[in-house]
Amino acid sequence: MSKPPIKHAPKPEVSTTGHSWDGIEELNNPLPRWWVWILYATIVWGIGYTIAYPAWPLISGATPGLLGFSTRAQVEQDIAAVAEANSALTTQLAAADLTKISDNPTLDGFAKNAGAAVFRANCSQCHGSGAAGAKGFPNLLDDDWLWGGSITDIAYTINHGVRNEQDPDARWSQMPAFGEILTAPEIDQVVQYVLSISDQENDATMAVAGATLFADNCAACHGDDGKGNRDLGAPNLTDAIWLYGGDKATLTETVTKARFGVMPAWGLRLSPDEVNAAAVYVHQLGGGE
Amino acid sequence: MPPTDSPPALYAAREPVFPRRVKGRFRNLKWGLMALMLGIYYITPWIRWDRGPGMPDQAVLIDLATRRFFFFWIEIWPYEFYFVAGLLIMAGLGLFLFTSALGRVWCGYACPQTVWTDLFILVERWIEGDRNARVRLYNAKWDAHKVRLRLTKWIVWLLIGLATGGAWVFYFTDAPTLLSNLIHGTAHPVAYITMTILTLTTFFFGGVAREQVCIYACPWPRIQAAMMDEDTITIGYRDWRGEPRGKANVEGHGDCIDCMACVNVCPMGIDIRDGQQMACITCGLCIDACDDTMARIGKPRGLIDYYTLKDEAVERAGGTAKHIWKHILRPRTLLYTGLWSLVGLGLLFALFIRSDIDMTVAPVRNPTYIVQSDGTIRNVYDIRLRNKFNDARQFHLSLSADSILRIGIEGTEDQTVTVPADETLQIRVYVSARPQDHAAHEERTALRFWVEDVTSGDRAHVDTIFNGKDN
Repeated sequence: MSKPPIKHAPKPEVSTTGHSWDGIEELNNPLPRWWVWILYATIVWGIGYTIAYPAWPLISGATPGLLGFSTRAQVEQDIAAVAEANSALTTQLAAADLTKISDNPTLDGFAKNAGAAVFRANCSQCHGSGAAGAKGFPNLLDDDWLWGGSITDIAYTINHGVRNEQDPDARWSQMPAFGEILTAPEIDQVVQYVLSISDQENDATMAVAGATLFADNCAACHGDDGKGNRDLGAPNLTDAIWLYGGDKATLTETVTKARFGVMPAWGLRLSPDEVNAAAVYVHQLGGGE
Repeated sequence: MPPTDSPPALYAAREPVFPRRVKGRFRNLKWGLMALMLGIYYITPWIRWDRGPGMPDQAVLIDLATRRFFFFWIEIWPYEFYFVAGLLIMAGLGLFLFTSALGRVWCGYACPQTVWTDLFILVERWIEGDRNARVRLYNAKWDAHKVRLRLTKWIVWLLIGLATGGAWVFYFTDAPTLLSNLIHGTAHPVAYITMTILTLTTFFFGGVAREQVCIYACPWPRIQAAMMDEDTITIGYRDWRGEPRGKANVEGHGDCIDCMACVNVCPMGIDIRDGQQMACITCGLCIDACDDTMARIGKPRGLIDYYTLKDEAVERAGGTAKHIWKHILRPRTLLYTGLWSLVGLGLLFALFIRSDIDMTVAPVRNPTYIVQSDGTIRNVYDIRLRNKFNDARQFHLSLSADSILRIGIEGTEDQTVTVPADETLQIRVYVSARPQDHAAHEERTALRFWVEDVTSGDRAHVDTIFNGKDN
């Protein structure tokens, strides 16, 4: 069906700009004058804006603007304002008895959030952003602790670190490199014994021989039953958790050369409230005792 | 046109518009709709709705501070924002539907710009008189009389603007409290700033800018053009009946006596007899004006009328127009109605199936699992429990899975936690598989968390997975 023709009423006179191309004229429907004034106003505003605010690029930096506006200064102000607002809580946290902190939900919640920030900035490089650790860097989520998993133990470890030279109170223990003390076959026997007490596949004959060697050389620190000693930071050798690995090759390497993991004394770098916050955070990750 | 020496003006000042008073069916419809819509707008924040102690008793409240939207018996939480998205989609489809069926009916009757402009013109007429008086006043010198009338008008406009901006802020906090605070000067500065801005914009848009907003600023009229076709109801002048214009009852003259009533009542300042044009908001006032004239000279009504372009052609050829519903009911409008209803039904369905308790489960994936000293595999989940009841409730958390899994919650010995009234609570949940259990060695085990409201027995569940140790 073709469309019916639509007759339009006669158009009122519309002026033209006078431009004409091939008989096609340009009609002049004038823009409202206020519209043009707004355009001029925005131009004036734009010039004023570049004078008042940082705008024009120079060789180094940009024109600072008359109002002295700076996003960096704003951030500094914001940070100072937050620190000021939290000052009562940080003072309280620095002096808090950590074993009783869960009785104070406000302080506890503040410590967890602050601790998470401290952890991300300072601890995650070794222990991982999820605190799951890595080979040689303890997993902080599980229930196995070298130096103790109570909140005060954790705070002490963070404060003084492990095997560092900076803090005389650092947690300190040193496993001898048994490659210089035992022969290679003897080390194999000890390794077989360790495999046996941790419920892994082992050579029973060698393990029996290794038991004697273990009692003579290892039990002093790791205990007669191999369950470790937290006072000395000696790991439990009977469980499923290994800092460097529990397979035969890794155990042989560990016994032969020993390990020497180091953790900085964060008390020398962080404020007391930051150390306590980190302790609270780590303690509530799931493994705290 | 030959080129002239002086270039034509590229910018034009606004032509002042002085709409004359008019009576008639569409004017009455517009008065009714204006009263209804302004009434809803101004009164709604004052309706009370009892929700129990500790809860706001305002029927419609957008509580930004606690992130809740209250609408009578419905309470929307931020995570249910899809309701708002759905309503916006419905509003969009509704505009499509009305535009394709009835043209710019939104512009003519319902748009706030039109409604408040109409109200401002009414005030203007009360204070300064009808069209002729206003034209005289406009051209008059600034004497005491003119200053007095203008000031009175501006003050009333400002008061309307103040009420409009005031009503707006009442939607966001308890209205009686805020009104008292506003009067005593103790309200939050944001309330005063918002009210001031809205007062001034209402004054400016309704009193000064008026039709300029529709013609130059608003994008919607331009978009509407894409939704209209020959079946769309619009306003037009039956020129085959009216032309040539001239004195009534003279041989050879059409019905139009060129009384200019249609032009004088037009709030947009246009002449509908020029045909379809972009400034026309189809408010229907020219129809009322022309019908009045036709009645006076004893001619049938409808020289200017709502009609469709299809009917226009048919009538011109001497045929009879189709019934209005035959234009409205066509595939395009039925499609829009269908889509609109579909979204609406979907939202209603979503509203009825949502429960008062709910949870979100975020499995901790860093790390995916940890090994405990006895070889147990543990997964950690951050679970957010939502209690939409108006009292604190005990929520019991449990799980079901094909393999044996154990559940524990950080900080509590049992599996029950207390969630405060109308709040959420985030808990850290441990799920463990002993080394001898199947799930400890499977890469993934399907797992379903159940949360039960101990008081009411309502239950909700969320499916997730348990990660075993990959051997």
